[in-house]
Amino acid sequence: MSGQDTSTGGQAIELNLSSSPRCLPVVRAATEKMARLVGFDEDQTGRITLSIDEALANVIKHGYGGRQDQPITVRLEPVDDQRGAGLTVTIRDFGKQVDPAKIRSRDLADVRPGGLGVHIIQTVMDEVVYSHADGGGMKLRMVKYVDPQTTDTPGGAPSPPAKD
Amino acid sequence: MAADDTGPIRDLETRDQATVVHLAGEIDLNQSPRLKLALSKLAESRPPKVIINLADVEYMDSSGVATLVDGFRRINSYRGRLVLAGMNQRVRSLFEITKLDQFFTIRPSVEEALQA
Repeated sequence: MSGQDTSTGGQAIELNLSSSPRCLPVVRAATEKMARLVGFDEDQTGRITLSIDEALANVIKHGYGGRQDQPITVRLEPVDDQRGAGLTVTIRDFGKQVDPAKIRSRDLADVRPGGLGVHIIQTVMDEVVYSHADGGGMKLRMVKYVDPQTTDTPGGAPSPPAKD
Repeated sequence: MAADDTGPIRDLETRDQATVVHLAGEIDLNQSPRLKLALSKLAESRPPKVIINLADVEYMDSSGVATLVDGFRRINSYRGRLVLAGMNQRVRSLFEITKLDQFFTIRPSVEEALQA
């Protein structure tokens, strides 16, 4: 794994890791630190960390079919725009491409193991966009705002804040 | 990264005819397969009541929850009972997001789980 200095809190960091579950605790630790620097409270920090963990688990399980030696890049970047301060997380892999429209949460009333990751991500994060990455693989961009403000930007209202 | 081969189960004891499974650490994609195997083996002995003590679990992801759902099904298949105890707020938040707090029997402590 490699990265940049996070001590200023205003800088992005980029983690280059392999698709091994053993890397997940390190990403969680970096995410927690970054989220707290941005201004999230402990509860929000926990939920953001969980969302990123779930996204990475999906890459490992589905994008790479469980192979543990494939590349994943995680970028954590503070954001401060018209919706306020927050954290942008971008996860890029080089695995199997799927139709972003088919990445959906499942019915929670059907209690069974598995398939909860997308629901968690979409519940916690304010913006979630899956896309095909240039050069192959998938890119997932997620944004979470500390205290999301509504805007009147053309093209419609922003996504509602996640239920906390 | 250093290997941790101990798995998430720290202790197993019998109290008041219940089997109490004490878990610890972080139950994620790395640890869940070990927990799933352990709960599967435990269910083979058909204990009438299993209490999963989560008091020392610092973190859990959806693979951990899926493992507990799988354990519930195995234990429920012979009409046994599974009760979760002692989860911290962070773990509880995961159960709330997935609405599985309405599915499992959850108690604040092992002592209260024994009464459940």
